[in-house]
Amino acid sequence: MSQAENVPPEPPEEAAIERNTIAVSIALKQRAGGIIVPAITVVIAFLMSGIVVLATGHNPLIAYRDIFNGAGLNWIFHPTTDLTSTAAYNLTQTLLQTTTLILTGLAVAFAFRCGMFNIGGQGQYFAGIIVANWLGVEFSSMNPFLHVLLCIVAATLAGAFFAGIAGFLKATVGAHEVITTIMLNWIAIYLASWLFGDGGPLQNSADKTVPISNDIADSAKLPDFWGQQILQGLHIGIFIALAALVVYWAILNRTTLGYEVRAVGFNPESAAYGGINVKKNLIRAMAISGAFAGLAGAMDMLGYLYHYAQSDIAFSSVGFLGIAVALLGRNTAVGVGLSALLFGALLFGTTHGLTSSVIKPELAGNLTYIIQGLIVLFIGADLLILAVWNSRRKLRRPGHPKVTTSEAAA
Amino acid sequence: MSTWAARLENPVSARLRDPSTTGYAGIFLGAFAAFLCIPPIQARSVMWAIFVGIVAVVFGIWTVTRGRARLGWGAVASGIIGIGLGVLATRSSVGNLNAVFDASLVAQTFAFTTPLVFAAIGGLFSERSGVVNIGLEGMMLMGAFWGVYGADKGGSWIVGLLVGAGVGGVLALVYAYFAIHLRADQIVGGTAVNFLALGITGYFFFQFYNGNYIPSGVSTIPNVNIPGLKHSHFFGPAIGHLNIMIWASLALVIVSYIVVFKTPIGLRIRACGEHPRAADTVGINVYAVRYGCVVLSGILAALGGVYLSDGFTSGGATFGDNMTNGRGFIALAALIFGNWRPAGAFGAALLFGFSTAVALRLQVYSASAATLFNVLPYALTLVAVAGVIGRTVPPAADGKPYKKQ
Repeated sequence: MSQAENVPPEPPEEAAIERNTIAVSIALKQRAGGIIVPAITVVIAFLMSGIVVLATGHNPLIAYRDIFNGAGLNWIFHPTTDLTSTAAYNLTQTLLQTTTLILTGLAVAFAFRCGMFNIGGQGQYFAGIIVANWLGVEFSSMNPFLHVLLCIVAATLAGAFFAGIAGFLKATVGAHEVITTIMLNWIAIYLASWLFGDGGPLQNSADKTVPISNDIADSAKLPDFWGQQILQGLHIGIFIALAALVVYWAILNRTTLGYEVRAVGFNPESAAYGGINVKKNLIRAMAISGAFAGLAGAMDMLGYLYHYAQSDIAFSSVGFLGIAVALLGRNTAVGVGLSALLFGALLFGTTHGLTSSVIKPELAGNLTYIIQGLIVLFIGADLLILAVWNSRRKLRRPGHPKVTTSEAAA
Repeated sequence: MSTWAARLENPVSARLRDPSTTGYAGIFLGAFAAFLCIPPIQARSVMWAIFVGIVAVVFGIWTVTRGRARLGWGAVASGIIGIGLGVLATRSSVGNLNAVFDASLVAQTFAFTTPLVFAAIGGLFSERSGVVNIGLEGMMLMGAFWGVYGADKGGSWIVGLLVGAGVGGVLALVYAYFAIHLRADQIVGGTAVNFLALGITGYFFFQFYNGNYIPSGVSTIPNVNIPGLKHSHFFGPAIGHLNIMIWASLALVIVSYIVVFKTPIGLRIRACGEHPRAADTVGINVYAVRYGCVVLSGILAALGGVYLSDGFTSGGATFGDNMTNGRGFIALAALIFGNWRPAGAFGAALLFGFSTAVALRLQVYSASAATLFNVLPYALTLVAVAGVIGRTVPPAADGKPYKKQ
């Protein structure tokens, strides 16, 4: 066990006194819980969902095993690159979802570190989808590398701009970013419905009765490195997503920008006192957040979707899943990566990948939402988890001194 | 001179010269300019709209020069938009206009407004007591599913209302425990409630009904048929056959106004939302008030949901995955747009319901324009929170967990 995990969590009474901003509470949680709270949260969420499954007459253990296999996670027991193996194929599909969720998770996480709650990941993702599709269909005779680059950059900027609106309103007139990003989500949803729908500007040119966009040109498609495009193979976007995790970590921990963003997130007043331009950082942090979500839209469009139907809009939930990914990952790069894998596995393993004799994909798909809801609920209530954990530790080691290394250092 | 002085002291004249009067008159005239060109008046010459619109703009500019800039620019915008709508209306055919603007538009507007009103008033109680509730959407969805389930299994729409309200209340109670006792972040908790509701309703909809449809013949919430209006061409289709829940929502607005602003209970609720420490000091149990308000908000939002599944469509009870489709968020928007007041929230809900009803009817012109029109409520709310049309001010302690000392 590492030194950090030996530090007992702070007593809940102290942890709750100053909770002015989200970032303060997040920072407290980070010091207090480490990896313990997320781990317990996941276990509790799966247990409670298992009870629901059991109560409705299905065997939860078999259901979870089938979901595990449906996500292709059993691949690690007999690894192979041969995609005729169901496990390998399912794993590629899970990783496709993971790619998107890493980026939408980062979109929520980055704003969190600046003390803002970006619920608008879904809308910023749509902004990326729209722009990537538009530019991917146009310029079909372009050099593939430049075409892909153009689509990615433009979609990223579109996401940044869309989130930047919320940041701008927060910085200038103090409009709460939760309200503005919710409204921007719906604006994006109806804009996308209009663009891809009947008579919309981005509707396909072949059949005007079908509300679906054109396929992007071959030159705009990201190359696949595992599997074939026709079978929805795994594209190189996963490396871009992994790189984004590194970029996220580097921006926050190794640049002045990241320092300012975290300072504003921790306490805007003292940041301003220290000479940091709070308004500029609010806009900047929100725009960078949106950039991650816009990039997620570009990865999906250029990587494996290639076109978008009006009916896909209502079923897309990756932006909202990003909230759970960021919260469970505690807004750290490693945490976001791991929880994106968990939710990616849930997303594919409970729906298309699931073949089970005890639970149907329609039921299991909703189970993902229940698990997601429970995880978010309990992560938000870390006091409860910490109280349980604390009492357990106290029972084991009575009389442990209260002053800890982290507090002494701080 | 003496007559001038007397006229200045005349309160009516003074009120007329107050810039806010001309400002509001300008906004009203802008709306009236558009109204002139649609049924029942339906002026076919665009000059009427332009004339009235220009008067509105002049009123607006006069208001701006008298120091009420925000209101004045609102009147100017209203006049210009009124002229624009008037031009659009006079250019389109009489048949299409009559298809969009008929008496049943009134009924449809009320039908779209009612779920929003229930949820918005629910949110009003919760936020006035100091608990932000973005879980309204989820509570509404729970009401929609369990209400129709109750009506199906219980054999009566009354059972449906009770079951739906009960489940909504229980979900709100869970949320209240996390938000109040555990002092969890309220936005995070509300988001969790929405996910949970989406999963639970989808799961049990498939478990009980195979995810298909609600069987026909489920008892639905009845309409109120007003006998005297049967023969009226306008009032008959407009308000002659409205659902019970629509009338109930109107009553709810009045009752909630009286409760929140005219009773000791309302004073306590508002005290907890503005300054919980002070409320605690004078002996108000902040936790109890907040629990009560959050649970009430869940019950009301769920009632809006029951209406949506068991009274909204004339063809019988219905449910679908994620059937509320963002109505909880629009209700939240209406609450903010209405500045956390019952009448304001009702007015905003009416505006949003009207725009939804019109969007549905704009299909006669073009399906894509109708889709785009749906953006309006959200764009308006964005403009409202940006403070362009008057600043919205939430209760001071809204969203801040309270810790007893």
